[in-house]
Amino acid sequence: MEVKLSKMPEPLLKIRNLKTYFFTYAGIVKALDGVNLDIYKGETMGLVGETGCGKSITSLSILRLIQPPGKIMEGEIWFKGRDLLKLTDEEMRKIRGKEIAMVFQDPATYINPVLTIGEQIAEVIMLHQDLKKDVLEMKIEELMKKLEEKPNEKLKAKIEELKKALNNPPNPSKKEIKKVALKKAVEALRLVKMPSPEKVVTQYPHELSGGMRQRAMIAMALSCKPDLIIADEATTALDVTIQAQILNLLNEIKKEVETSILIITHDLGIVAEVCDRVAVMYAGLVIEEADTFSLFKNPLHPYTKGLLNAIPKLYGNPSRLKIIPGFVPNLINPPSGCRFHPRCEYAMEICRKEEPKLIEIEKNHKVSCHLYG
Amino acid sequence: MVNNGVILEVKGLKKLFPIKEGVLGKIKGYVYAVDGVSFNLKKGETLGLVGESGCGKTTVGRCILRLIEPTEGEIIFNGINITSLSNSEMRKFRREMQIVFQDPYASLNPRWTIKNIIGEPLLIHGLAKKRELHEKVLELLLKVGLSEDHLNRFPHEFSGGQRQRICIAKALALKPKFIVLDEPTSSLDVSVQAQILNLLMDLQQELKLTYLFISHNLSVIKHVSNRIAVMYLGKIVELADKEDLFSKQLHPYTKALFSAIPIPDPELTRKRNKIILKGDVPSPINPPSGCRFHPRCEYAMEICRKEEPKLIEIEKNHFVACYLEM
Repeated sequence: MEVKLSKMPEPLLKIRNLKTYFFTYAGIVKALDGVNLDIYKGETMGLVGETGCGKSITSLSILRLIQPPGKIMEGEIWFKGRDLLKLTDEEMRKIRGKEIAMVFQDPATYINPVLTIGEQIAEVIMLHQDLKKDVLEMKIEELMKKLEEKPNEKLKAKIEELKKALNNPPNPSKKEIKKVALKKAVEALRLVKMPSPEKVVTQYPHELSGGMRQRAMIAMALSCKPDLIIADEATTALDVTIQAQILNLLNEIKKEVETSILIITHDLGIVAEVCDRVAVMYAGLVIEEADTFSLFKNPLHPYTKGLLNAIPKLYGNPSRLKIIPGFVPNLINPPSGCRFHPRCEYAMEICRKEEPKLIEIEKNHKVSCHLYG
Repeated sequence: MVNNGVILEVKGLKKLFPIKEGVLGKIKGYVYAVDGVSFNLKKGETLGLVGESGCGKTTVGRCILRLIEPTEGEIIFNGINITSLSNSEMRKFRREMQIVFQDPYASLNPRWTIKNIIGEPLLIHGLAKKRELHEKVLELLLKVGLSEDHLNRFPHEFSGGQRQRICIAKALALKPKFIVLDEPTSSLDVSVQAQILNLLMDLQQELKLTYLFISHNLSVIKHVSNRIAVMYLGKIVELADKEDLFSKQLHPYTKALFSAIPIPDPELTRKRNKIILKGDVPSPINPPSGCRFHPRCEYAMEICRKEEPKLIEIEKNHFVACYLEM
């Protein structure tokens, strides 16, 4: 059952009934079992849940980076009018990094340690962008500088000739392309407010601190101005004061380059801080989706309520933490009906039998729970 | 010999790690991990030690148990200076002070059953044998919320939260008076974290334990502590009762730290004034002169660059090391 939202425009990314399974010796792990998710243009979407609920698998499935024994079984991922799951590998490769970019959790292991930061960002730019025109523009600029220093008829003629070629630029050499790409890398680093970007492009990852590496990663993701950035626990490895810097940066960049951001995190605090809307996952399913304010003010699903009650409060009176009894279910053999029912204090007869659908209860607030059905 | 109920006193604790160079291991410098930390703990209270990675909070915890030998300073436990004790004398004291580590995956021997793991301290100290040992281990297991059929299982059969319960049972085995909790919930999910925090607080009441709770998570620290000490680059910059510290932070670093924590309440978190610190934490190998926070501090004055501020009592039980408050 699909719900049409009344006044919302068509989402940038629309996931429908996505199923990703892992075929292990112990059995089939149903890591994602029918995920539905919408991300609109220019918004920051949060995806929260505990370990093993499938948030990272969702992001990897969007980019089709699932490795065997995992496999995307069925579903649709609509992105700008195309179903990503139906594209060829070659077409998909053009989308990764260019239209959808990803920032991973641990910048220390994700960056190549034997390449400089500049080379790595330049690689992305060279792969995805046509730099012919940029090379020509750079050449003209250089000649103009020379001309200013020492006026010369021959140079003038040369510049005119190059300017004419702007509409149909010739193929530049590899060296020239690299030079332009590195220049663009510096610009990208400047965008993420990296201190002294000209120096950083020549540095290796080990010379940077954790916060700076994560900035470099974000610069890499931004370098092709993607429509969607997926930040998978992008600040988890960082200290709180550095995390505050990075979150602040993401918010500023979003305004500057009109991109959508999908923030995957286990920290509800981060969601409250930066996200416009949020989806809560439990055992391979999205169980609640709403705008941030109404989710925190009025959580509907018993699991979301439990999760919010389990966090120690920084302000307000300390009280004994309420706990959700039991454990996260095994996804090889998930509980029948609603997957939360064994841990739910409101569980009814129907919860054991029938799986609830994700339906819109209030405006822009979807939940999958029989209590509201 | 317990005065005013103080169970542990730490005076001027220093720990420098030498940086060695070349084959001969010539010392070319030191990492100033902990650089002059003093505090005391009253019986039955919880002192929260909070700070970012690399500020020395874990080193403080380990120095207190002398798992790492402190370079300088005194640790007085129950009126006895334990810094000068020999190893065998120290072993007796470790019966009264225990530690729970951060990573429950790394701190349990994968080849031992739970019964052996929890029973080991009892055997070493000759407190129980055979049948009695079995009973004591079972009692501990039940106390931390596990059951009898877990006795003969191996660590890999347990989830993170259960493993942390096993670590807690092991720490409790010798009936200690004082436990260092070194980020006991950092590797756990929030719903499991809530279970462990509740367990720790119940045990504290029941067994009248004293905790030193080390964490980088201020909300957790707030939940469990009576007093809180904030560390920055090997030093305590502020120390106060929980209520005092939460109603009024004095040190600029504490203010920034409090404002940087994301609060799971969108209305509150977007309204407040955020202080975003510039730059990274400096290296403890070559810490800044004067106040260690001055390169990142927006109120830094001339004196901050030159002289190191002392930790002084500004209000009752509220200590701060900052020239702004003098």
